[in-house]
Amino acid sequence: MTAPRIHGRVVAALMLFAGFALLPLVAWLADDPFLVVIGARILAYGIAALALDLILGFGAMVSFGHAAYLGFGAYAVAILSRFGITDLGLHMAAAVVVSAGFALITGAISLRTRGVYFIMITLAFGQMVYFFFTSLSAFGGDDGTGLRQRSTLLGSSVLEHDLVFFYVTLAVLMALFWLAHRIVGSRFGRVLTGIRENPTRIEAIGFAPRRYQLTAFVISGCMTAIAGVLLANQAEFVSPAFISWHRSGELIFMVVLGGAGTLSGAIAGAVTMIVLEEWLEVFTEHWKLVFGIILVLMVLYSPRGITGIIERLMRGRS
Amino acid sequence: MSRLTLHDLCLSFGALKVTDHVSLAVEPGEIHAIIGPNGAGKTTLIAQLSGQLTPDSGRIELDGSDITHLSPPARVHRGLARSFQITSVLPGFSVLENVALAVQARSGSSFRFFGRVAEEQPLNDAARAVLDATDLGDRLHVLAGALSHGEHRRLELAIALATDPSVLLLDEPLAGIGGAEAERFVEQLRARKGQLTMVLIEHDMDAVFALADRVSVLVYGRIIATGTPDQIRSDPAVRAAYLGQEEAS
Amino acid sequence: MTNLLVLQLLNGLQLGVLLFLIAAGLTLVFGIMDVVNLAHGVLYMVGGYLTASFAALTGSFWLGLGLMIPAAALIGLVLEYVVIRRLYERSHLDQVLATFGLVMIANETVKIIWGTAPIGVPMPELLDGSIPLMGPLKYPVYRLAIIAAGLAVAVGLYVMVNHTRLGMLLRAGATHRNIVAALGVPIGRLFAIVFMLGTVMACFAGGIVAPILSVDTGMGESVLILTFVVVVIGGIGSVKGAFFGAILVALVDTVGGVFGPIAMRAVLDPAAAGQAGRTLAPMLVYILMAAILFARPQGLFGARS
Repeated sequence: MTAPRIHGRVVAALMLFAGFALLPLVAWLADDPFLVVIGARILAYGIAALALDLILGFGAMVSFGHAAYLGFGAYAVAILSRFGITDLGLHMAAAVVVSAGFALITGAISLRTRGVYFIMITLAFGQMVYFFFTSLSAFGGDDGTGLRQRSTLLGSSVLEHDLVFFYVTLAVLMALFWLAHRIVGSRFGRVLTGIRENPTRIEAIGFAPRRYQLTAFVISGCMTAIAGVLLANQAEFVSPAFISWHRSGELIFMVVLGGAGTLSGAIAGAVTMIVLEEWLEVFTEHWKLVFGIILVLMVLYSPRGITGIIERLMRGRS
Repeated sequence: MSRLTLHDLCLSFGALKVTDHVSLAVEPGEIHAIIGPNGAGKTTLIAQLSGQLTPDSGRIELDGSDITHLSPPARVHRGLARSFQITSVLPGFSVLENVALAVQARSGSSFRFFGRVAEEQPLNDAARAVLDATDLGDRLHVLAGALSHGEHRRLELAIALATDPSVLLLDEPLAGIGGAEAERFVEQLRARKGQLTMVLIEHDMDAVFALADRVSVLVYGRIIATGTPDQIRSDPAVRAAYLGQEEAS
Repeated sequence: MTNLLVLQLLNGLQLGVLLFLIAAGLTLVFGIMDVVNLAHGVLYMVGGYLTASFAALTGSFWLGLGLMIPAAALIGLVLEYVVIRRLYERSHLDQVLATFGLVMIANETVKIIWGTAPIGVPMPELLDGSIPLMGPLKYPVYRLAIIAAGLAVAVGLYVMVNHTRLGMLLRAGATHRNIVAALGVPIGRLFAIVFMLGTVMACFAGGIVAPILSVDTGMGESVLILTFVVVVIGGIGSVKGAFFGAILVALVDTVGGVFGPIAMRAVLDPAAAGQAGRTLAPMLVYILMAAILFARPQGLFGARS
């Protein structure tokens, strides 16, 4: 039965959202305003992971270049702000338009291939974008550039308040989760999931897989770009580091960590990864070493991520 | 006009001729069986008819129009469906979802992103009807990956039927099932005789001779004989090339 | 202008053979073992560091390089045995994640052992200096030696792939894996040998490049993606593809990097041309890849897609 499974995941997501909504209260009680800052970063990455899960978990497309869309989002903020356009909506619109175009072209080429080729081609296109932004000397080249101010919302600079920014980001995440959830349960989503299950069969009942995959690829790229807009605002800084292939790898890690193909799992993966990162950083500057070991062990011993571990525990108990 | 016509199809893999000047006309409503020893090129012939492979030369016509270079999905929309020899379902989907998706392929656009497909009653009703007819009506919400082998074979047929084809290509539908289950399966196919044109590849000779209106014998990529089951049974060339071998083994 | 072109062609060729040394192993691992190995660039870096350390220890670049090779072989065998072997039957996604983890582990380990400052390796005296090419143009002997060494390995690999039993298995394995298994070849041992060979070649590339580029923690990153492009362009599993792909990518990268801005100046004003050239040059390789894949999704010499 698939119905209760999906229902359970929505409940999981709602619990996550409730937890997020209470975070500022916890930060206030603990007298640690930094929690809200980290919280906003987690939410932004949650959006990116959610977007990637849509194609990785449901469409079986392992895109290793998704950080490029974070870059389009981040640089949309930096570039438009430089020209005096500071509206958040316009930043998002520009990021989405550019990302849709890029996803359409590179997706069409990448989807001519499968498997390993697809992974490597998306990786290479990601690097192409990386080098493009590295070469923009007007925006700091390699080093990136700080933002003079955060995007404005309806002409007001309320987003300068970390708390407001946090709740706006949470609202965007919830809206995009709802959107992704509807897409997955729609006609389109069923075809997409079917392609993941068995592309040959999908062709043999009359669907041309590539059109659906490409559409999903574009949607996912646009959603990731919105995460990029928020991330730049959160950091008040943009640089090519947003676009490095390591970042793309981390996004994949978040999705798999939470269990691919579950949507709420992707958000949980983002939470886990960033909390882990912040926590390990306290103990050692070489936290990436620990991280790498965790990654290898996870793949070797729990390929289905946290979801797999939880499911195994629950099965053991019942 | 014949429903499905093959004109001089040829396909080689390197030096190996898997389809060697095959010509065939399948008439509306008939069950046309293609038999032949292992490696005769039956499955590659089906793959060319359904569009997974493209012949090197020759032409395939469906209801008089050339479909040789159409993609598999485009052929399905013209009314040509297939089942696979090795069960090819969506294992993570329920039985109902498997068939409902096939119904969806022929009913309206699938570029709809918001409505809940699980709640589209017309899709589910049409899928239920097909599943009832293939004896899977009580297994609607089981995951396809959890079905028994015999049920898999029936789901395979149900998915193909749900696309509402005018021509059905059946690649060894009885593979791996036998006894009463096979007999029931044959009955289900027989029930559609006349309404649906079928090209049947099958190793079970009892099923072939019980179902087929005409039989073609494929050996090393060539058709060596076409005729009624009786003609084929008594054809000396066929006996030498194929049936004799079968009896000897 | 001609001098500049000749110089850039030679630089391109030198980068090309280095890329080939790395890509050859990568393409075999991809093609035969069907494993995506993101950690392959890291091996190039490790080769550089090991050579630097062994050279400092023995006081001789040649001894350093000589000691590095068995060490590299050992690293390859251990890595294959501990991690890679467990990934053969896994999805590409799992392989990407696990080898991404290896990249993190290796980068940090290198930082812990050698620190973050770049390490220089002195030029071996034997190959120090430059030789005149044409007119006033001189070219460093060492860079010519790199080209020669790379070509020698390429020829050796060509002979091995085309004229030995191991090579026959490699060729068959890249296209018809189950046939090789059916021949009763101990497939596990074949895979281990292939991985070790790939590791040694990548480390060798890192070792011989050490005297002209200082060894640092980012060196693996810079070549990894270019190597992927080489493998994709050449066709997965094809050593010949890796060779021509490497030369092509390196030439486009080097020559395009210098002549792109010059060509731009013909159509744009100098300032804009400078920016456009700097922007386009590093992207040229990827545009080339996109164009090739658009025409041939399986790469130039690829058998499978």
